[in-house]
Amino acid sequence: MNYVGAFFLGILNHALIDNVVLSRFLGLCPFLGVSRKTSTAAGMGAAVVSVITVSSAVTYLVNRFILIPLDLVFMRTIVFILIIAGLVQTVEIVLRKKMPGLYSALGVYLPLITTNCAVLGVAIDSAQKQYNFFQTMVFSVGTAVGFLIAIVLMAGIRERIEHNKIPKAFRGMPIVLLTAGLMAIAFFGFKGVAF
Amino acid sequence: MKEKEKKTLKPSPWERLYNGLIKENPTFVLMLGMCPTLAVTTSAVNGLGMGVSTLAVLMMSNLLISLLRKVIPDRVRMPAYIVIVASFVTIVDLLMQAYARPLYASLGLYIPLIVVNCIILGRAEAYASKNGPVLSLFDGIGMGLGFTVALTIIGAFRELLGTGCVFGFRVLPDAYEPVALMVMAPGAFFVLACLTALQNKFKARRAPAVPEKFCTGNCASCLDAGCHIGTRERSEEKKEKASGADGKEDAGA
Repeated sequence: MNYVGAFFLGILNHALIDNVVLSRFLGLCPFLGVSRKTSTAAGMGAAVVSVITVSSAVTYLVNRFILIPLDLVFMRTIVFILIIAGLVQTVEIVLRKKMPGLYSALGVYLPLITTNCAVLGVAIDSAQKQYNFFQTMVFSVGTAVGFLIAIVLMAGIRERIEHNKIPKAFRGMPIVLLTAGLMAIAFFGFKGVAF
Repeated sequence: MKEKEKKTLKPSPWERLYNGLIKENPTFVLMLGMCPTLAVTTSAVNGLGMGVSTLAVLMMSNLLISLLRKVIPDRVRMPAYIVIVASFVTIVDLLMQAYARPLYASLGLYIPLIVVNCIILGRAEAYASKNGPVLSLFDGIGMGLGFTVALTIIGAFRELLGTGCVFGFRVLPDAYEPVALMVMAPGAFFVLACLTALQNKFKARRAPAVPEKFCTGNCASCLDAGCHIGTRERSEEKKEKASGADGKEDAGA
């Protein structure tokens, strides 16, 4: 019960209060790039959730049982990015063979995820903070859910903005950035329920 | 992109510097590498530090990739680039831990994240893998300088509005009430939005932007994809599929 409670509180904490995109600025590239339509945004978000969950479990194990005992912590960046790149590739191949339906929904987003800094960021951050396995999983799932929430909300807003009259200079990226700023202010509100 | 350059200016080291600083400024024109741009620019010093460390990595990785461009097989070039970039990032990381402790503490997580900075892989793919070492080195220096200048400007604006100081020196009178929001997360978005809007305004007068069919490394305006690399890989995949070859294995690394 204690773990279950801690799990859900942790997820809430990392997803809403300390949102990965809006307060930690990780994964901005897909957040700004793939947020034009709600359906693609949801696909990207789902792909990120699955990759972050798997990759942070693997990187945790590698860090704990290979890098730390062998005193190779300084190699962390190289090892982690290679693990993530390899893992994304593996996930892609497995999905293509075993679950073609899911692959056709998520497949296009998978290659993009290697360069999503949220994935590497979560892995390195939890290694630097020396989280245990449970904390790592809560942290990574919470972060990924936060990304999903942020990108779907952003896509919803952008679909509406499309039909509005926007000053010429603000068309395109500037208005999206302004929207993101306002969303970041809104997410500040969750700091009030921090515990 | 390359054809245009050939028409306008002969590629020389100086032209590369100008290109990186002004013409194709990675932050304001190409909108690449947004994560560090927004995350670390809470003050001008942090922006400068981040810019200089990215400059160092970009310069060295461009040089090495250009030297090895004929050795690296085409199918595994992305993993090879990532390993090269990650090695230089590790070197910068260790050097900063040793000699610039306070800056390292304030930049924290974003130093290892230089690996996934779009600018570096973008330049490796778009320039260093096709050009000689000297030009690539200067291309790296130019792009790095452009990034540094942009980060310092954004950092200076945020610091000025958020604390009334620039580089730690008090600029605005004491009567100025600092807008703390500007050094927090939303401020980053607002400052960048205003700067790009200003740039849009001046650019719109000169020439309308031509939509690019293929990705030129322009992450943010590439609206159906998260990052230029993925788009590029996918367009290649499509080509390969069309020609009947099964060339999917190297996509997306």
